Amino acid sequence: MTRDRLELYDLYAAYGGLIDAADWDAWLGLFASTCRYQIIPRENAELGLPAGLVFCDSRAVLEDRIMALREANKYNIHWDRHVIGLPRVLGEAGVEISVKVPFAIYQSDQEGSSRLFATGLYRDRIISEGGGLKFRDKTVLLDTFAVPSLLSTPL
Amino acid sequence: MATAAIWPALDYSRVPYRLYHDPEVYQQEQDRIFRGKTWSFLVLDVEIPSPGDFRAAYLGETPVIINRDEGGAVHAFVNRCAHRGALVRRELSGNAKSHTCIYHQWCYGLDGGLTAIPFRRGIRGQGGMGPGFEMAAHGLRRLKLGAVNGAWFGTLAEDGETLEEYLGPAVLGQLHRFFDKKMKVLGYNRQRIRGNWKIYAENTRDNYHASLLHEFLVTFGLDRSTQVGGVKMDARHRHSFTWAEAGSDSEEVVRQAYREAQIRTDYLSLREPALVKFHPEHGDRLNIAISTVFPASVFVQISNCMAVRQVRPRGLDEVEIFQTMLGYEDDPPEMTLHRLRQANLVGPAGLVSMEDGEAIELAHRASRPDRDTDATVIELGGGGEISDRDYRVHDVPLRGFWSYYAELLGIEPAGAVR
Repeated sequence: MTRDRLELYDLYAAYGGLIDAADWDAWLGLFASTCRYQIIPRENAELGLPAGLVFCDSRAVLEDRIMALREANKYNIHWDRHVIGLPRVLGEAGVEISVKVPFAIYQSDQEGSSRLFATGLYRDRIISEGGGLKFRDKTVLLDTFAVPSLLSTPL
Repeated sequence: MATAAIWPALDYSRVPYRLYHDPEVYQQEQDRIFRGKTWSFLVLDVEIPSPGDFRAAYLGETPVIINRDEGGAVHAFVNRCAHRGALVRRELSGNAKSHTCIYHQWCYGLDGGLTAIPFRRGIRGQGGMGPGFEMAAHGLRRLKLGAVNGAWFGTLAEDGETLEEYLGPAVLGQLHRFFDKKMKVLGYNRQRIRGNWKIYAENTRDNYHASLLHEFLVTFGLDRSTQVGGVKMDARHRHSFTWAEAGSDSEEVVRQAYREAQIRTDYLSLREPALVKFHPEHGDRLNIAISTVFPASVFVQISNCMAVRQVRPRGLDEVEIFQTMLGYEDDPPEMTLHRLRQANLVGPAGLVSMEDGEAIELAHRASRPDRDTDATVIELGGGGEISDRDYRVHDVPLRGFWSYYAELLGIEPAGAVR
């Protein structure tokens, strides 16, 4: 196993772990200085339609999302738990790695009841920036697009 | 069984919690409201542009197919095989020359008529259907259709109001404004809220909650109770049109009003201001224009974000919100991008709508009544007469909803307001 592959595993371990810990500043630090983040219902992807549930076409919009989550939005009180599968590396074009990664996210409420909240596929493009791997473009292809209750914390 | 005696007040300012939690009431609603004389939005013309194009929709819990035939005419029918009641068309959208049930291959034309039954005459003279079987009497149950500028509505009532009569001038005028050009579908989103559908129906008519529950709205001036705005209804007060004008309140008035209510207004700033920028369309200044059609169709414009919502009951305790995100066909690429960005505002992850999912679940969870007398309080803007308002802190259209609801369920008390 190469060092590169371990770095990739570390990136995804950090990605899920930081959301589950609600450590938003560190989580934002996993994205490149120029980046995109979107959550697309699989239904739309199948039909070739562009609308997302979350559509951050710049780092500024992504940061606005997190600001709203922290300061303005009210949502179900819950804990997230990301279970992220093995990254399938599709190719490396120059400095960029293309990856597909399956995920499942469980949500647990205050009374300890858990449910599968979301499953789907990350389709990511990753670059090396500032000495570490960062997400340049992250698309969350959401299989569970009949969103249970509401979608607040990132997937 | 609910009766007219269930209402504590003749102006519907009190709604018994039981109406949200009674399984018998739920069944009556399916029969008398969704399959009764109401009209429900089903599909946009642009979603089924070509002969054979079809899409699935619902009247309440009843599955429906709507499609375009070879001649270009649009038909809709209940998606339930006349043979054994199976779902005929399994896909949610596509293109087909006919609809064939997989169970025994009964085949229906694009007008819903039964066209073929395998082994109808049996094999070698044995088996098959009897000679008296009438193909024409076993088509799929047809809906009556109506359209406003390419927005198709359906009903199972054979002799009710026309769609135009049903909508009334205020809402009809708004739908003409909303659909004033050819539409473009940008995508769909869905949300399953663990609450009774009527709590959602109330929420879309509730002016009072918007700037209180959704803090993001207030901070960025998207929707404030201090704006010039109000509500218009149809003569029967079953539908509502809520509007507000952009830039119609001064920062000073906003700050004072919300300070008195002890609500924060000016603590956030955006790194991407385009997220809330409003480009006026339709030659007016309306940045909030929400038309809610009884029982379950909502046409939403918030800033430059446009959507149609279909409120689909999924049993007593759950509702699906199916939302079609829209633009206009002639939008330049930068306007499409703007609408896709502003789609962040609405839907299950919406910056100004995710709270609705939580509020509805909270209201559903705790409202199971301890006593028969437990009821909601609906009297913002005063009780009594149900009428249009030219101010924003009120929940009058909720009482209009319940008035028509009571009529349809046959539980309208004598002397009640309408």
